[in-house]
Order: sequence, then C-alpha cells, then structure tokens
Amino acid sequence: MDILKERGNQVVTKGLDEHELACDKASLAGSVSQRACVFCGSRVVLYPIADALHLIHGPIGCAAYTWDIRGSLSSGPQIHRLSFSTDLQEKQVVFGGEKTLKSALIELIDQYQPKAAFVYSTCIVGLIGDDVEAVCRNVSKEKGIDIIPVQAPGFAGSKKDGYKVACDALMKLIGTMGTNETIPESINIIGDFNLAGELYLLVDYYKKMGVKIVATITGDGRVDDIRQAHKAALNIVQCSGSMSNLARQMEAKYHIPFLRVSYFGIEDMSEALYEVARYFNSKSMMDKAIALVRQEVGDLIPKLAFYKNALTGKKAAIYVGGAFKAISLIKALRMIGVQTVVVGSQTGNKDDYKIMQDISDEGTILVDDTNPLELTQFVKAKKADILIGGVKERPIAYKLGIGFCDHNHERKLALAGYEGMLNFAREVYATAMSPVFQFTKTDH
Amino acid sequence: MLLRHTTKEIKERNALTINPAKTCQPIGAMYAALGIHNCLPHSHGSQGCCSYHRSTLTRHYKEPIMAGTSSFTEGSSVFGGQANLLQAINNMFTIYDPDIIAIHTTCLSETIGDDIVQITKKASDEDMIPLGKHVIHCNTPSYVGSHVTGYANMVKGIVKYFAENSGEKSKRINIISGWVEPSDMREIKRMSKEMGVDIILLPDTSDVLDAPQTGKHAFYPKGGTTVTDLIAAGNSKHTIALGEWATKEAAIALENKCKVPFALSELPIGLRATDRFVQALAKFGGVKVADTINDERGRLLDVITDMHQYLYGKRVALWGDPDHLIPLSEFLIDLDMKPVYIVSGTPGKDFEPRIRKALGDRADETRFKYGAQADMYLMHQWIKEEPVDLLIGNTYGKYISRDENIPFVRMGFPILDRIGHSYFPFVGYLGAIRLLEKSSGCSWTSRMRSARKRPLNW
Repeated sequence: MDILKERGNQVVTKGLDEHELACDKASLAGSVSQRACVFCGSRVVLYPIADALHLIHGPIGCAAYTWDIRGSLSSGPQIHRLSFSTDLQEKQVVFGGEKTLKSALIELIDQYQPKAAFVYSTCIVGLIGDDVEAVCRNVSKEKGIDIIPVQAPGFAGSKKDGYKVACDALMKLIGTMGTNETIPESINIIGDFNLAGELYLLVDYYKKMGVKIVATITGDGRVDDIRQAHKAALNIVQCSGSMSNLARQMEAKYHIPFLRVSYFGIEDMSEALYEVARYFNSKSMMDKAIALVRQEVGDLIPKLAFYKNALTGKKAAIYVGGAFKAISLIKALRMIGVQTVVVGSQTGNKDDYKIMQDISDEGTILVDDTNPLELTQFVKAKKADILIGGVKERPIAYKLGIGFCDHNHERKLALAGYEGMLNFAREVYATAMSPVFQFTKTDH
Repeated sequence: MLLRHTTKEIKERNALTINPAKTCQPIGAMYAALGIHNCLPHSHGSQGCCSYHRSTLTRHYKEPIMAGTSSFTEGSSVFGGQANLLQAINNMFTIYDPDIIAIHTTCLSETIGDDIVQITKKASDEDMIPLGKHVIHCNTPSYVGSHVTGYANMVKGIVKYFAENSGEKSKRINIISGWVEPSDMREIKRMSKEMGVDIILLPDTSDVLDAPQTGKHAFYPKGGTTVTDLIAAGNSKHTIALGEWATKEAAIALENKCKVPFALSELPIGLRATDRFVQALAKFGGVKVADTINDERGRLLDVITDMHQYLYGKRVALWGDPDHLIPLSEFLIDLDMKPVYIVSGTPGKDFEPRIRKALGDRADETRFKYGAQADMYLMHQWIKEEPVDLLIGNTYGKYISRDENIPFVRMGFPILDRIGHSYFPFVGYLGAIRLLEKSSGCSWTSRMRSARKRPLNW
C-alpha cells in the first residue's frame, strides 16, 4: 500500500503489526489531510452556546465557513447560528485591528444585548499585534457583560488544541454565578452539542431517572447555566477528545468528579445511565434507569431485528473526528451485524487508540490522521460495504460505489440514545442496501 | 424564526459584518485550479483553511475535492513557511503525482511574508519538481478582495505561467470563464460548438466537479483545461473574457504576454447578455449565428411571452457575485420585474456604474450596497422594511426565506442544500429558461401553500 513513509506508524493492522498506533503528530505538509485547525476546534465547541455572541476577529473566511456549520439546535435563542466577523482588511493588517474589534463588539452588543461574548482570534491577529485581551477587558467594563477572548490561531496545533482553548474559555465563565453549594444528585452534561436535537433525548432520560441537570455544555447551552456549572455534583463527559480537559479542570478547581460516557449504541447509552445511578448510589435512580432501559430496549430490539438480519455480514470502515466516537460506532455496528474492518480518527489519543485496538477484530486496519488516497486503498483492500465519516469522506465513498453514513456536522438525524440507534440502523441499512449500488461497478 | 433577532431599524455599522455575502480569496483560487487538468491545488497556510475550502466545495459540488496544505505550525509562523512548502511540494509530487501544483497563499503566509516565487525556485533548484511538471502560484491574502478575486488571481496566474506566443496565430478563440458551475462551462462549450467556433475554455471544471459514478475514485478526473491548451491560448486570435471581476486581469495578462486581444463581456446570464456573448462568438470566430442558437433564443422569448403577465412588477432581492448580479439585474428588468435590493460583499468600485447601467432608468428604484458591511443582515433589514416577492442568491438566503415566507431560487456560491447546479446551467438561453422555470415554480408552490394564510403577491 502507498503510505507516506513518515506516516508508517500511524497505521496498524491488528494481529499483523507489532507497533502501537502513533498519534498526536502534526500532519505532514503536502498530505491531503482531513484535519482542521485550532480555530475550528474552539469554534465547534463554543458555538452551541445560544445566548452568547460569537465574534470572529480576522478576515472574512473563518466566519463564513463556520456559519451555522453544525446542526446544533437551541430550544431558545438562536444568536449562535448567525455569523459575526470583523472582516479584517489590508489596512487593519498593516495598522492593527484593535479599533475595528472594539467598534464591532460595541455594535454587536448594542444590537443583541447578549449574556456574554466570545471573541475568537484567528491566524493573523497575533501576528499583527492586536491586544485582544485588552480590548475585551475594556469593552467588558464599558458594557457590563463578560467578553471572553478565545486565542485560536489556526497554526497553533490541530483541532484538538482548539478544544483545549475552548475549555479554557469556558472555565472563565464557570463559577461566576450563584453560591458554591453543590446541588445533590445533579450533573452537567458535557460534550454533547445537540446535533439534530440529540441533547433533548439525553436530558429526558436523565430527568426520568430523577437526576437534576445544572448545565449542558455546550449543546443548547446558556451562559447563566454555564456560570453555575460549578454547583453540579458530577460531570458526565461525552466526546472525550474535546471536553475531558474541561472536566479535569473542573475536578481540580471545584472538586467535581467526572465520568466518561458515550451515547451511541444501546450498550454505551445504557451504561451512561447506570453509571450515574451507581455514582450517586441511589436505588431509586437505578430502579428508574433499569425500568427506562428495559422499556426502551424492549421497544428497540424487535425493530432492530429486521436491520440486523439484512445487514449481517456487511463490512464497515469508520473515519471520524474523535476516537471515542469510533469506539462506540464499532460496538453499535456490531449490534446490527456489521463488522468494522477499517477504523480511524483525526485526533484520537493514545488511551482511546488502545481501547480501539482492543475491541477491534483481528485484521482490522487502525489509522490516525489519514488522507483520501490511503482511505481509498484501505476501503478497497478490506472490501468495506459502507464508510462512516464526515463531509469530506462522503463523496469518496460514493465514487467508490459503496454506502456512506454521515456521523458528523451535516446530519439532520439524531443518532444518540435509543431512538438514535434505530435511526442509525435505518441509515446504515438505507445506504448499504441501496439499489443504486447494483448499477455501479465497484473495483474491489 | 432563526432571524428574529434582526431589527427593522437600520443602525450604521462601521466595523461589524453579520452574515456575510462573500468569503475569502483562497477558496476561489482552489476552485479555479480544479479547472486545470491533473492539477492539485495547494493551500500555503494553516491546515484549517484547506479543510474549510475542501469542505465547502465538497458540500456545494457533492464531489471529492483534493488539495494539499502546508500545515503551518507555530514554528512556521515564526520562521516562515519555506520548509513546509518545500516538503509539501516534494510529498505531493511523490505521492499524488499531479502534472501541476497550483499554490495559493493565505492571510497567514502573506502576513509573515513568504515569497512563493523564491521558494518555488528553490524547489526547482533542488530537483523537487520532476521534469515536465509545473508549480504555479498566485497570491490570495484573505484580507483583500473576496472569493471572486481569489478566483481571478489564480486564473491570471495560470495564464501568466503557461500561455506562449509561438508566433503562429491559430484560429482558436479563448474564452476565460468567470466563476460559474461546471454545468455552465459545459453549456458555454456546447454553444460554441453549435456555432462552429473552436474555443479554448479556461478554466474548465466540467468533467472534474460533475464527474460520473464509475466505481472508482479518480484523484484527477478527466476534465480540466489541458496544459497543451493553456500554452496554445497564447496563439489564439482573440479572447472573450466573461465577467469583469473574475476574468479581466487574466485577459489583460494574456494580451500583455502574448498579444492576444480581448473583449470583456458579462457572463451570459439572461437574454441580452447571452445575445452579446453569441455576437462576440460570431464576430471573433468569423461565423454566422447558428440557426439552432437562434431557435434557442426564440424559445426563451416564447417562454417570456407566456409568462410576462405573471412577472410584471414582482419585487426581487438578489445577492452574490458582481459578475452574476449585473447581467441578472439586466435580465430581471427585461422580464419587467423589479430588482429592488442588491447586495455583494465583493468590493470593486466599478460595481456602482455597472449595476446602474444594467438597471437603466430604473436604477433609482433599487437599493444596492457592495463591499464592507454589504451583508445578508442588511438585506434582511431592507426586506423587513418592505418585503419582496422573490429571493435569488446562494444558500444563505434560506433563513430569510423561511422567516419571511418568501419564495427563493438558489443561484451562486455556495449552494449547500440543493442539487442541480452542477448539471443544469444558468448561462445561455437555456439557462435563462431554467431561471424562469425555477422562479415561477417555487413562487407558485408557495402561493398555493399560503393561499389560505395570507395573500402573497404571486
């Protein structure tokens, strides 16, 4: 297989290769990497906070490409789905953009009266010497709202480093409202971004168990809830790649322990409920969780049977942003009879890759930060029937004449929770069994 | 009601852009480079730029978009991006084997001052560029112009690098295409063939971004202007440049370098702009207008006649690129419609006189704004002041359409939530019929739906 020499240790075939899957490496220049930048990471994490302003300080592109980029829904305000930019021009690049930033912030705050504002610094802001912190501080004083600088120059690492920047920004909000008293049997839901309204399902499950929810960070997020997030008794963290850092910081500063969970697939979803009940050591919670799971799974299994029957023996390739999600996907696919033959992520870490390797079947190819040429070869070599990935992977799968399931930005269908599992099975079925592929010649 | 935060009262803004009607230069350079055969675009900047451009183009075309990135790090932002670019050139020729690497810069690499010519020369001196292969470039700082000027810069870069005047004039005509869809480029080629004019179209994204499903992923699909044709463009007897913003610079460069004279024309959108294109083809190609083309024109006129009573007086809001908006406004006037609001984030002071000319004696009935703060928020505020009957523009009109219940035809870049633009043109007489079909179709559907709610002006 043609793999860039320097990338050799970022690919592992289970059972064949001895080495560990290397990760956390900068992408090779010239590689058609599927990865994004620091700014992108910070933006996707923070933007679901629906009553805050998100002002992007830089040339127009960074604001244009991230305008309503994910289907993160809000049950209330929708300011987060608009695109705000200082649209820096050559003049500001030469003479500095602080004045523009200040004017833009004031214009924005006057217009929208938001609860708080995030100001994202893109690649060139640091280079042209803007003191964004000072501008934010001054306007904050003048207008009486929190303005939080998000230092996210694209070049300062990968998307994953952007998550860290976002977590740091969130820490500045947390603990700024209410008392320090912990609310018993309460949680923060961290790391769900309410794509296609998934968070509503989760909130519903936890409420049925009698768990109180303090803040959802950041899906359907609200500034005042996040300010009070320090009052939660427990943090529940999904999407470990982006938000474990926040949980660790909250643990250090506010002594709030955290559990890592996933809401994809029956096993992981149910475990996410049981773990909370177990943590609170509450029989009533556990009984309600058991009842809920019994009800949901009881409804679900007969419906899944049809899909499992049809899909058994199919093979899948997975290439997603975070490795934790990939692990859940392997399990969820197994539940509907689909074997994972290729699995990888853009930003997985060592621990996640270890788990990924452990639960994979012999012969599965594991990969970090792949590119279209490699991915095409892996998919062909392992004769995958479907690819699960994001925007940029979809047309590659289709060109190869195989199915595709979107597990990223663009989807409009909830895939989390029990309802999501059924949607997922239906999506996989619809693509894997589509009659269109009988008309296309696959060359493998 | 996603846009419920929009206020009717318009406050002067000096620094803030809300919901832009443009994006940055590099994506235009990437799109133009994809219209060259066996060409791999390369983004000299942070990884995110390339990722965003590829994602947006992928979402618009539903096709794989291949492009490399220099993957800048903290180090490159301090010491310059030379090492990254050299490594990238080497890696790309080794692994992806393109005939051409088309480099464009970004805000980052421009601000730190990387000299692409010097770095490319170093790559060449160090034998990183295989024999017969090419590395070309253009400068596209994101804080200048818009996606349209980025396209223009790359087209100019292509012409400057490749076109050669061998001293033997050919009978061919160059057509430099503005930023339109593969379907439009295909239509321009079809019309030229119909007229019997031998053209070199550059760039040409047909058969690249509308590639058929074959069961194979072609890293370089079969389309795109070939190097042979790019060189031969220097011998052509004339150039027709379609769209001032996207093609004028390239046409001038070609004239300066190879003495190929050019005529600047609009994109053939609508009746009169297509007339001018056809006349230019006939004139410079030395042919008569083909009967089949005349018939197409006749069919368009027939459709307009059938429809004119429905079209009269309808208020239209449009936004997008100047090269689209100018002929489109002219066409709407010819349809007896009223293009009342026009917004383009793309700067360029020619916009005002050009749009005024297109609107003719109705220009004073139109509110238009271009450049800074000419955005979709302003457009929405205008519409809130006084509504319109139809919206024409890119995907980002969907919020206004939904909130204000206004029929909406998607046209321009990007279109993320509809298909068809890759396959059915908006240029030429057929394209004009399509525009009419789309406008009337969505308006009537909407009238039907809202018949019992509130009367719409359709």
